[in-house]
Formats: sequence, C-alpha cells, structure tokens
Amino acid sequence: MGKVILEVRELSTKYVTRFGENVYAVDRVSLKVEEGKSLGIAGESGCGKSTLALSLMGYYFAPLHYISGDIIIDGQNISKMHPDEVRRKILGKEIAYIPQAAMNALNPTLKIINFIEDVIHAHDPKVPKKEIHDMARQRFEELGLPAEVLQKYPVELSGGMKQRTVIATSVILSPKVLIADEPSSALDVTSQKMVIKMLKDMMEKGLVKAMIFITHELPLLYNVTDDIMVMYAGQIVEQGTAQQVVFDPLHPYSKGLMGSIIVPESGVRDVKLTAIPGAPPNLKRPPQGCRFADRCKYVQAECRVQSIYMREAANNRAYRCIFPEEQLRKVYQNE
Amino acid sequence: MNDTVLQGVNLTKVFGWGKQKTIAVDHVNFEIRAGEVCSIVGESGSGKTTLAKMLLGLLNPTEGEIYFQGKKRDISTQRKKREYWKNIQAIFQDPYSAYNIFNKIDTLLLDCIRMRGDFWLPREKKIELMSEACSFVNLEYKELTNKYPFELSGGQMQRLMIARIFLLKPKILIADEPTSMIDACSRATILDMLMKLRDEVGMTIIFITHDIGLAYYVSDTVYIMERGKIVESGSADQVILTPHHPYTRRLISDVPKIHEAWDLSTVTYSGL
Ligand SMILES: Nc1ncnc2c1ncn2[C@@H]1O[C@H](COP(=O)(O)OP(=O)(O)OP(=O)(O)O)[C@@H](O)[C@H]1O
Ligand SMILES: Nc1ncnc2c1ncn2[C@@H]1O[C@H](COP(=O)(O)OP(=O)(O)O)[C@@H](O)[C@H]1O
Ligand code: SF4
Ligand SMILES: [Mg+2]
Ligand SMILES: [Mg+2]
Repeated sequence: MGKVILEVRELSTKYVTRFGENVYAVDRVSLKVEEGKSLGIAGESGCGKSTLALSLMGYYFAPLHYISGDIIIDGQNISKMHPDEVRRKILGKEIAYIPQAAMNALNPTLKIINFIEDVIHAHDPKVPKKEIHDMARQRFEELGLPAEVLQKYPVELSGGMKQRTVIATSVILSPKVLIADEPSSALDVTSQKMVIKMLKDMMEKGLVKAMIFITHELPLLYNVTDDIMVMYAGQIVEQGTAQQVVFDPLHPYSKGLMGSIIVPESGVRDVKLTAIPGAPPNLKRPPQGCRFADRCKYVQAECRVQSIYMREAANNRAYRCIFPEEQLRKVYQNE
Repeated sequence: MNDTVLQGVNLTKVFGWGKQKTIAVDHVNFEIRAGEVCSIVGESGSGKTTLAKMLLGLLNPTEGEIYFQGKKRDISTQRKKREYWKNIQAIFQDPYSAYNIFNKIDTLLLDCIRMRGDFWLPREKKIELMSEACSFVNLEYKELTNKYPFELSGGQMQRLMIARIFLLKPKILIADEPTSMIDACSRATILDMLMKLRDEVGMTIIFITHDIGLAYYVSDTVYIMERGKIVESGSADQVILTPHHPYTRRLISDVPKIHEAWDLSTVTYSGL
C-alpha cells in the first residue's frame, strides 16, 4: 500500500439556514487516498458532493459548520486548526479546491497574471512579483497552456481556456491534494477532454499527489479515477475501485445510477435505461434507517428501523445495505 | 413523401453585417417524418439553437423555406402563429429563462390549457387536468400550487416543462439541451417521460444537444452540425458506429466511453 496522502475519519458537517434549521449534508464520511491516486465521488444532485468537497478543506464559514471528525493531510491533522491558520498554512499549499463554477472566479477587470498575483499575495504578501511571474510561466508551460494567456483578460479567453487557467492557477503552490468539483461539466465535450488531460498530466507529473474528483457524469468519473465512492443523502453508500463500482455495483442505489449511463458505443441502444423514481430525502430531517428506503425496490421493514452501517465485501469493497453480498447478486441476476 | 411533418430547404440565418457577419446556420436541408425522434448534435456555437428558433418561428430565416405538413409554413399573422404553436413546442436550454418568473406555476399550466382551447372548462376540471399533468412527471400539484418557478429545484423545473408538454400534446417537440447540466439519473427519468409521451401521442421529437451518447441512445436519425452546416446525417447506428466525416469522428472520440478505451493522446491544445 502506498503512502496515505489524505485521510478523513468520520467527518460530519452541516449547514445552518437563515431560519436556524440544520441541514446534515455530510454524515460520518471516511476515506483514504494514497499517493498518486485519485478518488471519484458520484451521486445525484443534492446528495452532498459539493458540501463534502468544501468540508474537506477544513475551512468553514457560515452557513457551513464543522460538527466532528478528522481530516489528516500527509500526517497533519487540520480539523482542529484555527480558521486563520488553515487559510495561511493549508489552503493552496496542502490542499486546493476547484469549485463547481470555477471559471467565474476570474476577475473580469484583471489580466490573468494580476489575478495570479492577487491569489498568491493572499497567502503571502511578501512574494516578489518577478518570482510570481516566473512561477506562473513555468506552471503554464508545464501544463501546455500558452504563456501569452497570462497577459489576457478573461473575456479574451474561451470557456475551456478560462477553466484550464483557473486550474493551473490553483496548483501554482503545488498542493498535495487537489479537489475538483465538476471541473468540466459546463464545457462542451472537446474542452472537457482538454481539462481532463490536464488534470491527468498534473497527477503524472506529480504537481499534485492525490486528487478527489467529483462529477455526476459517470463515464467521465470512470475514466479519470482509480477508486469511486457513491454518495447518497450525505452518506457514503458504496466504495470500491472504479471498475468494481461501474461494472459490478453492489448497493441498490449504485446499481440504479450505473443503469442510467449512456455512451456512444454499440449495444447501448439495446439496453433499457433504469430511472430511479423519486428524489433524495430532505436532509433537514434525514430518515431513520436506510436513507434510500423510499426509493429502493428491495426495501424490507427492517431497513427503516435503525441506521444501516457500511459492511465489508470481498476485494476490499464496502457498501451500506442490510443484504449480504451474495443475496444482492442473486436478486440482480434474476432481474 | 407525405408523412413528412417538418422540412427545411436551404435554411440560412446570418447575423450582423460586414466584419461582424456570422453565418449561424448555413443552407441546411432536412426532412423529418411524423413520429420520428431525431437529434441535432454539434459543439457550442455550431448554430443549433438558432436553427431551433427558426423552426419555432421565433427567428426569421435570412434565406430558405420551412415546410410544415407538406405546405409552406405561414406564420404571417399572430393568429396563424398561435395556430402553429399548437403544433410545435419547445423545452429550452435554461429552464428558468423560459418562464416569466413573476407568474405562479398555476398560471403557467393554465396558459397551456387556454392554448389548447379549453379555457371554457370549469375550474375543477382544469385542476384535474393540471394534477394529471403533474403526476405524469412525478410532481404533486398540491405542492406546487401557489409557488413561483424560482422556488423549485432545477430538476423539478425540468419536469414541470414536461408537464406543460403533456398538457399541450404538440405534434412536434423541440428539446434544446433538456438534460445538459442534470445528472444521469434525472436524465434517465426525463427521457423516460418524453418517450412515454411520444408513444402515447405519436409526437415527433427533435433533440438539440452536445451529448452524442444521448443522441445515439434516443434517436432514429442523427444530424451532425459544424459551424452552421450539416456535415453528416443518417440513422443513429450509421452515424455513430460508422462515422464518415472527420468532425463526427472527433465528436465521438471526445466523449468518455466505458467499454472502449478513451484515448487522451489525441488532445491538442488549441485556441485561446
Ligand atoms: N442574436 C444573435 N446575434 C448575433 N449572433 C448570434 C445571435 N444568436 C446566435 N449568434 C451566433 O450564431 C452562432 C450560432 O449560435 P447558436 O446559439 O445557434 O449555437 P448553439 O449550437 O446553440 O450553441 P450552444 O451549444 O452553446 O447552445 C454563434 O456564432 C453565435 O455567436
Ligand atoms: N448554502 C446552503 N445552505 C443550506 N443548505 C444547503 C446549502 N448548500 C447546499 N445545501 C443543501 O445541502 C445538500 C447537499 O448539497 P450539495 O453539497 O450542493 O450537493 P451536490 O453537490 O451533491 O449536488 C442539499 O440538500 C442542499 O440543498
Ligand atoms: S438497506 Fe434496504 S432499503 Fe436500503 S438499500 Fe438495502 S435493501 Fe434497499
Ligand atoms: Mg455540486
Ligand atoms: Mg444552444
């Protein structure tokens, strides 16, 4: 087993709304990512993927609040650190985050290079401009972005180029962990492919040591990540390798998700898509028992009684369901 | 052929003049049969939405003709336009932009009932129709009544759009990226509903999308559009499994696959 770069133990966080209600969007999530590996997070919209991404940074501000659990980056536990310390010492250097609408983060009135100066000065106001310019040029070249981009304003760049610019900027300080939340979902397929190539290059060149990649596009997730975790209603419901989770899902929810994949490959037209009826539960009052129960074809009375825990399966896998692996497989086979 | 519902002949749209001139749609020809599901696929800016707007009568073509049910389309008066819109309806790229946000959801659905000419129905009957439309898309009328569009989630909005189509039952539906930013699971649900509608009322559906996987899955016929021109068309199997045009091949190779390897080595960084 490789060196663990990111370890998360039982992390729980919540939103507190304007009306003082709690929304439990991340519930006792545990994960590990080893050096050189990437972990994908799948799930429908509203399942808590973005909240988990934000929570992993250890930098909480309203309405998001920390409840409990540990975040350990390369041996250093950041979950009990003061927010100011997290901002100064951790963000950008240990862990970096590309938000869902990243390209909108660029300031339209600043040239890219001046934007990068601002980003770096927010960490350390004393870095000389010359040094920043050199760093930026080097990083852009390493990632196949033309250095002339640095002298442009955002409006002069295409959507795909803006997105790659933001990504290159976010790894300028060589963070150990990169968290990418839907980094290509707003782009067309050609720009999407460029973004993905760039993320892969970053991993290969060791510019980042571990990556968490979030998207609802399953074929993309499958191609980018080593392992996949499926999230439902704030909890992890299945975890395994990308291969296992996509081609041999165990949890009924994962099974449903994988049945909705469409790709332009022969044979696809002969398979009926599965649609999971209904919607994820309200996280203000998460249901007792299995959170998927209302939508599960195989629900039993006992599913609703008490919390369902993750159970281990063969080949280092785990899933959250009352049924043993053999029984689930048997049910799936008979469908 | 007499079962052609919609035909475009040399359809062209030019925006602007001189240096600013953009040929958004460039001499496009097609023939769509009743009950057919077809897709128009292309990158951003290839002219898909512009084409859709011409078909809907929201934009005037610069050149070329549209034939509806074998006759040259005539929407020269408001009356004729309204009549045309009973036959052709759209679901738009951005669900929120399609509605007046100050109108409650009830108004939105009542408008559909009015459009089909059922304004004279008693109130209870109208509510019954609205409830039926909502339950067709797994929404509850009780929970929607008196709400505004912005109080719904994106997924609920998209389903509400399909509820409108359920009420209107147009001959032709144009769906401009009905599924772009939504997850695969909700996409499957929406496709399910649209296909059910097609089977029930024999609707013709035109999908407009970047997603060549979706196009392959749902369509009988696929049109590939590059910079305003249709560069390849044919049955879904033909176009996707044995593509001829280099642009079609590139679009297909740009999409991640799960059975075949996804070749990233073809990526060339180009353009700003
Ligand atoms: N009202 C307008 N005035 C001027 N140019 C326009 C107008 N509408 C569209 N265009 C131009 O026409 C071309 C085609 O645009 P269109 O919106 O039809 O593309 P699209 O294929 O729908 O793209 P997307 O996939 O991003 O929705 C683009 O170059 C666009 O900038
Ligand atoms: N700022 C916020 N305040 C309160 N609740 C929120 C906020 N942002 C998201 N939520 C809720 O948290 C849950 C998870 O949302 P999110 O993390 O965005 O999911 P995903 O990224 O998987 O779509 C949802 O129930 C959502 O409504
Ligand atoms: S615990 Fe019960 S309801 Fe939950 S996924 Fe398993 S079978 Fe379905
Ligand atoms: Mg999200
Ligand atoms: Mg468009």
